[in-house]
Amino acid sequence: MINFDSVRRREPVRASFTNLWDIDDSSYFLASLRLRMPAPIRLRELIRTIRTARTQAEEREMIQKECAAIRSSFREEDNTYRCRNVAKLLYMHMLGYPAHFGQLECLKLIASQKFTDKRIGYLGAMLLLDERQDVHLLMTNCIKNDLNHSTQYVQGLALCTLGCMGSSEMCRDLAGEVEKLLKTSNSYLRKKAALCAVHVIRKVPELMEMFLPATKNLLSEKNHGVLHTSVVLLTEMCERSPDMLAHFRKLVPQLVRILKNLIMSGYSPEHDVSGISDPFLQVRILRLLRILGKSDDDSSEAMNDILAQVATNTETSKNVGNAILYETVLTIMDIKSESGLRVLAINILGRFLLNNDKNIRYVALTSLLKTVQTDHNAVQRHRSTIVDCLKDLDVSIKRRAMELSFALVNGNNIRGMMKELLYFLDSCDPEFKADCASGVFLAAEKYAPSKRWHIDTIMRVLTTAGSYVRDDSVPNLIQLITNSVEMHAYTVQRLYKALLDDISQQPLVQVASWCIGEYGDLLVSGQCEEEEPIQVTEDEVLDVLEGLLVSNLSTPVTRGYSLTAIMKLSTRFSSVNRIKKVVSIYGSSIDVELQQRAVEYNALFKKYDHMRPALLERMPIMEKSASNGPTEIVQTNGETEPSVVEPKHLPPVTQPVNQANDLLDLLGGNDVVPVIQNTMPTKPASAGGELLDLLGDLSLSGGPAPAPASSVPTSQPSFLMDGLSSQPLFNDIAAAAIPPMTAYNKNGLKIDFTFERANPNPNIAVITIHASNSTEADMTDFVFQAAVPKTFQLQLLSPSSNVVPALNQGTVTQVIRVLNPQKQQLRMRIKLTYTLKGSPVQDLAEVNNFPPQSWQ
Amino acid sequence: MMRFLLLFSRQGKLRLQKWFTPISEREKKKIIRDMTTMVLARQPRSCNFLHWKDLKIIYKRYASLFFCLAIENQENELIALEVIHRYVELLDKYFGNVCELDIIFNFEKAYFILDEFLMGGEIQETSKQMVNRSIEASDMLQEDDSSEWFEVELFG
Repeated sequence: MINFDSVRRREPVRASFTNLWDIDDSSYFLASLRLRMPAPIRLRELIRTIRTARTQAEEREMIQKECAAIRSSFREEDNTYRCRNVAKLLYMHMLGYPAHFGQLECLKLIASQKFTDKRIGYLGAMLLLDERQDVHLLMTNCIKNDLNHSTQYVQGLALCTLGCMGSSEMCRDLAGEVEKLLKTSNSYLRKKAALCAVHVIRKVPELMEMFLPATKNLLSEKNHGVLHTSVVLLTEMCERSPDMLAHFRKLVPQLVRILKNLIMSGYSPEHDVSGISDPFLQVRILRLLRILGKSDDDSSEAMNDILAQVATNTETSKNVGNAILYETVLTIMDIKSESGLRVLAINILGRFLLNNDKNIRYVALTSLLKTVQTDHNAVQRHRSTIVDCLKDLDVSIKRRAMELSFALVNGNNIRGMMKELLYFLDSCDPEFKADCASGVFLAAEKYAPSKRWHIDTIMRVLTTAGSYVRDDSVPNLIQLITNSVEMHAYTVQRLYKALLDDISQQPLVQVASWCIGEYGDLLVSGQCEEEEPIQVTEDEVLDVLEGLLVSNLSTPVTRGYSLTAIMKLSTRFSSVNRIKKVVSIYGSSIDVELQQRAVEYNALFKKYDHMRPALLERMPIMEKSASNGPTEIVQTNGETEPSVVEPKHLPPVTQPVNQANDLLDLLGGNDVVPVIQNTMPTKPASAGGELLDLLGDLSLSGGPAPAPASSVPTSQPSFLMDGLSSQPLFNDIAAAAIPPMTAYNKNGLKIDFTFERANPNPNIAVITIHASNSTEADMTDFVFQAAVPKTFQLQLLSPSSNVVPALNQGTVTQVIRVLNPQKQQLRMRIKLTYTLKGSPVQDLAEVNNFPPQSWQ
Repeated sequence: MMRFLLLFSRQGKLRLQKWFTPISEREKKKIIRDMTTMVLARQPRSCNFLHWKDLKIIYKRYASLFFCLAIENQENELIALEVIHRYVELLDKYFGNVCELDIIFNFEKAYFILDEFLMGGEIQETSKQMVNRSIEASDMLQEDDSSEWFEVELFG
């Protein structure tokens, strides 16, 4: 008698068919009566169902239901449906839903004997089981077994999985198996083993040596798959190890021969792409040749002929031919090729520029940008084509063309090029304007044929892209203008006319108001030689300046400029009363900055009227202390002009304020601009430190003699000027006194500290960090951060770069300034972040081994 | 090497994702978002290359699908375009006039084909016929889905 209650109730409806066969008679009835749930729905069914969902919520509901069913199916350890369920899970994973509960199931599938199971299992592993997962390593044994399987397709699955996402541990464990397979005669497996070896080497570079013997005969293969992957393997080894590179140089003749065969051989249906035989292999061989020929005369010579042959014989009507030509050009430029070949390469790029295909033009511009430094003349020949690309519709091409155009500007072509570039500036998208404006300023500064041309160019930029120029170009421009003494009248006239048209562009307005303040007398007297002098009265000028003060378009900085300009005109114009009135109104302005200025100017009118003419005299020519472009301004703080004021007022005033300013600088993190920016450099310090904050802003040299940045120390309280270049300026001076130290040395990254004492403040230690990298790969996105105990203050300046080159080929330097007023023992915590071979690395360390001289 | 390959529709729905370096799930989602936004925003006749972080992104549209391949900076963009084209040809040969629906309903096959063509971010096989032959042979090895039996009604 069958007890139905003891029959394990599962689910209703269908009875199983197969079960009837694999059980003995006694349980026949049991089995046939076993109630089961419908089989889990098939993959296609699920996809179809989910696609009918009309809303995200509906989809989510379906997915949750199915996931629940899958989960219970997993719990039942059902071998039959596991494959189907995991496949469904992978589909849902692609839609963005979590699938981690399927990880172990993938492992079970991989361990199954059925090929279908393994296929899905390995796919699931590649999607769900990357090396970040805890259970990743559990795959190792299965993969090991499958690497030795009798069916090559199973071996292939294992190799593929290992080669795509094997962790370092897994690679270490299985490298031997891979090496074995690399020597097999089965080309299907050999090619996979080669790429697997590449992955192993990437993960565990130390294992590279063990693959060396197997590489012996790789290139004598006929099979293109093996040939291609072998070339990849050899490339990887040569890129990572100079020894390997030297060892493999002897392969150059063989590579040349293979390439030659590819080009010369007739049509091969198996590898043909638009009439070219195996372009992928050709490109890889060209790349390997590039690496082997770099800085090696003999190898470079051995490949000259074949490179010329490829360059001239390759069909250029389709993208694939151009891809090969592109690679050839890159190779020619990188190795020690003869000049004829180089010219050929650049001409190919020139032809690319004329190609209808945008991609080809883009690639040409990018390559030309790389070669413009080394082969400047050759690239110059294609200048007009490059300039035409400025008019291209494609944004990426425009940008490249702009960069390349700036690189090509020189003393000979400056006028023509500038015309094109200014036209570009007029019509380009806003995203380009800032960079283009900076580029124009830089180029104009370097190659301006005449002062008038220079000023005209600047005017043009200010009027067309005035809102996009960088703020620090304003002082630069002003300095330039003061230097062109004979152009003052012309400049102020042009600026005045520009103001009449448009007062919305702040940099233009600021420069204009400054000039009008200085040279207003020239303006009203109509002295212009360069062009027709305009008739303008003093009142009109003052109207314009006052208009700036009240306009909503003016920023507070601009208002400051115009108020000061008005003040200056009190010594140049006769309508002093009007000026007095304006100044006194602003004495009660809500803007504190304006109010302060107005109050002080008022004081000038009243108590210090006798000093006013001297104070507001014409500014002398300003020397630039660092001749960098508009992007780098060296600012001094509290520095005075040479002449003008009673010198005896200077020293007592500048010292204490500058001490205060030193501290202020340290309080601002990486920002080295002085706290008192945006003020007018008109009045040197006289009585009362309150006027000192009006100084600064312009790049002024200290004292009558021009003081180049490097000779800064001692007498200058210009604290900031030293720190702004990333080289430590005091290197020679005090370096010998304090010994350098190694602050950090781990995982190939070494950080050394060198010390100087900052004059004149002995409480400030200037530390320069030198970061070097002894590993085989560059450390990119390198960021150094430091923290000090509360009694200290720290200032970190900009680093020289954020890439630490591999194999100690260079260092990244950065300057730290530490203020230590209480002379406590210096301690520091540092945090280092960088990316090495694609993985981010972070480390914290304490630095306690500072030499006593650095803080005593 | 190649860093990742993404296939997505014009509405930004992901159809295939292949990653050649280990990346966290969250990072993957972010990258997918970035790629779809960037690529879908491009003008129709722009050039097929983009810059993103330190990688070059090569993208090409085939009917309703965008193929988006990320390569390292020193790689050749033009040959990357050929790589994408080759993959499309392989899919086309296998499915016969492939369309997006084929890839949606047979995504696992699309992966299998990809895994015979690329591996570890590099090209594995340059011959179309070889890839096709391997896939066909593997397909033959697949056991019939024995759970077929479970679908058969016993009575009636």
